[in-house]
Amino acid sequence: MAMTTIRAQASFMHAPFCGRAVRTIFLLGLAVVLVACQQEEHTVGRKHINQESSLTPRLETQPSTGEDGNWVMPAKDYASTRFSGLDQINRDSVKQLGVTATFSTGFVRGHEAAPLVVNNTMYIVTPFPNVLYALDLTKPGAPVKWKYEPKPLAAAQGVACCDVVNRGASYAAGTIFYNTLDNRTIAVDAETGQPRWTTTLGDINKGETITMAPLVVKDKVLVGNSGGELGVRGWLTALFTDSGKIAWRAYHTGPDKDVLIGPRFKPFYEHSRGTDLGIHTWPGEAWKQGGGTVWGWISYDPTLNAIYYGTSNPGPWNEDQRPGDNKWTAGLFARDADSGEALWFYHTSPHDLFDYDDVNESVLVDLPMAGTTRKVILRPDRDGYIYVLDRLTGEALSADAFVHITSTNGIDLKKGRPIVNEAKKPVIGKVVREICPASPGGKDWSPSAYSPRTGYLYIPANNLCMDFESSEANYIAGTPYVGANVRMYAGPGGNRGEFIAWDPIARQKAWSIREDFPVWSGVVVTGGDVAFYGTLDGWFKAVDAKTGEVLWQFRTGSGIVSQPIAYQGPDGKQYVAVLSGVGGWSGAIVSGELDPRDTTAALGFVNAVADLPQATTKGGMLYIFGLP
Amino acid sequence: MRLLLTLFVVVISGCVQRMAATEPLRVCSDPNNLPFSNQRLEGFENKIAELVAGDLGTVVEYTWWAQRRGFIRNTLNAGLCDVVVGLPHDADAAWTTTPYYRSTYVFVARRARALHIRSFDDVLLRRLRVGVQVIGDDGANSPPAHALSRRGIVQNLVGFSVYGDYRLNSPPSRIVTAVADGEIDLAAVWGPLAGYFAARQREPLDVTPISTEVDGGLPLAFDLSMAVRRNDTVRLKQLNRFIDRHRADIERILDDFHVPRLTAREQGT
Repeated sequence: MAMTTIRAQASFMHAPFCGRAVRTIFLLGLAVVLVACQQEEHTVGRKHINQESSLTPRLETQPSTGEDGNWVMPAKDYASTRFSGLDQINRDSVKQLGVTATFSTGFVRGHEAAPLVVNNTMYIVTPFPNVLYALDLTKPGAPVKWKYEPKPLAAAQGVACCDVVNRGASYAAGTIFYNTLDNRTIAVDAETGQPRWTTTLGDINKGETITMAPLVVKDKVLVGNSGGELGVRGWLTALFTDSGKIAWRAYHTGPDKDVLIGPRFKPFYEHSRGTDLGIHTWPGEAWKQGGGTVWGWISYDPTLNAIYYGTSNPGPWNEDQRPGDNKWTAGLFARDADSGEALWFYHTSPHDLFDYDDVNESVLVDLPMAGTTRKVILRPDRDGYIYVLDRLTGEALSADAFVHITSTNGIDLKKGRPIVNEAKKPVIGKVVREICPASPGGKDWSPSAYSPRTGYLYIPANNLCMDFESSEANYIAGTPYVGANVRMYAGPGGNRGEFIAWDPIARQKAWSIREDFPVWSGVVVTGGDVAFYGTLDGWFKAVDAKTGEVLWQFRTGSGIVSQPIAYQGPDGKQYVAVLSGVGGWSGAIVSGELDPRDTTAALGFVNAVADLPQATTKGGMLYIFGLP
Repeated sequence: MRLLLTLFVVVISGCVQRMAATEPLRVCSDPNNLPFSNQRLEGFENKIAELVAGDLGTVVEYTWWAQRRGFIRNTLNAGLCDVVVGLPHDADAAWTTTPYYRSTYVFVARRARALHIRSFDDVLLRRLRVGVQVIGDDGANSPPAHALSRRGIVQNLVGFSVYGDYRLNSPPSRIVTAVADGEIDLAAVWGPLAGYFAARQREPLDVTPISTEVDGGLPLAFDLSMAVRRNDTVRLKQLNRFIDRHRADIERILDDFHVPRLTAREQGT
């Protein structure tokens, strides 16, 4: 209902007589809506588990030395929990939280990165042109210590599919590692800002870009490419941290030797066993342009010496042009962290129909299940299911819907594949309505957080469905064709987003907060039992990790599509930091100034967020919050 | 008094006309996409833009931008220019003029092979290596790619991205040179691209319009127009007048570029 109000006024705003009176009415309306939204926030299916009980999941990869107050990799730790043990900011003190420093990045496209904090310095990566800033946290106002400008090729902007974003950096051994949109991995001296090495990994002229945050594991930095829509062949590459030389590259289509599939590869499910499936599950030579890029997250389990990461959707072929499972796209790989050899593969969306990239985070936890503790991966996926997979074998132990789903009729755990709803198959020239979740999925790349204290996974979620409609004439490089009209809109309930606390043991929501807009920010959860996340219209919220009660919120200058962090300052105090700056796929209507009347722009996302330009404006700004 | 007023109006309108005439014709164009356009002004859209400018007594001022997703949004609709010389008549992104040509997808083959394929139902299509243009935008590809996969012809298709490798000249053209080089037996290609590049290969090539204009509900033939921003009525009328008066000149240019054409369905509307 709240959304309807905004929509009606949004279309009114287009009328030529739109003037001050209308704006006033609109602002009043917005205020009413915001109040209504707050009232709508409520907990559902609340269920309490005894936090002290022996059932509380324990985190295998949590450092035993405890919290060091730093934030040196995108997800805080190798298990990708985004849990900070800092506890000064708790459900009582959080109400006193205030801004202690701000910093304008000078750019206005989508800011998706997590800041890093190490040695009393904060590092932030901007969207294109991918400037790396070091801020001195020991001085009042955190002034710039140095900045590094890699000056990526301007043409890279025209290649990127969905805004010119960057998801951040990693720190190791006195060096910041990050990627540029024009396919370079750069190692920068963390103290001086001088580049140590630069390695070019791809070619924008072939449609490749890099937007992901790399992960450093031992002596290697791991990087993947983007560009699945442009006929790119996806890969993950390991570079030596000291030299930038390539150690290995694993492709995600093609022959086994290219995919680094050998004798150690033991997929749990029958359909992923066989020789050269990266060729044979495609027609002809379609695999050569098969997609399967890596623009999301990588996790690492030091005890098993394995990395875990997902691959993007197959492309650029239509589904009827690529009969077969289209391996190894839209699935999850486990690989040896040193050699890159594949250990197993879970094919989340074989023969993907809905653009369900499988790049979301893999959260590594040890979970009590049926009397034993199992090393598992929690994966809230684009397809709307939260998977619990065995880390050692790749077996799917459970898969439960966390959003409204019509595209599939459940997951067949015995076969390890979804039960596709044939009626929702998108076909060019046909009208298919109410495909849920829409292409951005139950959640997109925006990472969840896991608290070993509550045992909940905190999921930033979308509630979006889409219609795949009659076609319109399109034109690319002088070639006309007929494209699909994809329109996205709010799913059941009318709210377009939801912030969910998921109980992986009870396999249900512990509580959730309905959000008007899709929730497109990451999450950090702390030892003070507070979870922080941002909204597309710029609210930065602190909620009680146990109950979902909103404890504090602050309106930043622009919508939040980045990843908040918590850290300890040089003064021994806990801080929380977040980049504000709307953009990316969901926010392109604002950062890219798309026409709200063009309902199919941004691959149909504009229709779902046509009112966003009234709710926020663009602009990249860092906010640091602390206690008085 | 009335005389004075009339004089005044005449003077003013003269000024307006002269001012309009000295303003350049602002065109957005791809700098590297023959036969349509390039930065050396060698494309047929460049020639047509010059013809329009000449007719208006002015010159062309170009904004160069690769014609990819968001081209109209980032150029014409962002106010960088006032005219785009080529856009499908049915496109939603902007207002389009009366179509000035209609073309279709064609089959390209080496003449020496004597394949003579005109229809998607030709049994030979199941045995040959067939190149198709791949777009991959919004899950859509070129109409021949859909027509072939609808018939279960997928194993022997070879995809050529319409984006191509942008370092090379006219990146989408590789599908035609692949036929000349024998890398593929046959290609289903958009007419203007095929006609121009087929005529420039040492190996003689046949360019054969595909026999049907619609297949499985998808059009293979398109009307092409010039585009202006929505609500730019003045420019639209100006260009429509130009197209009406210069059809013969436009036809000559399209002939020079070997653009295969069908009778424009919406001509004269």
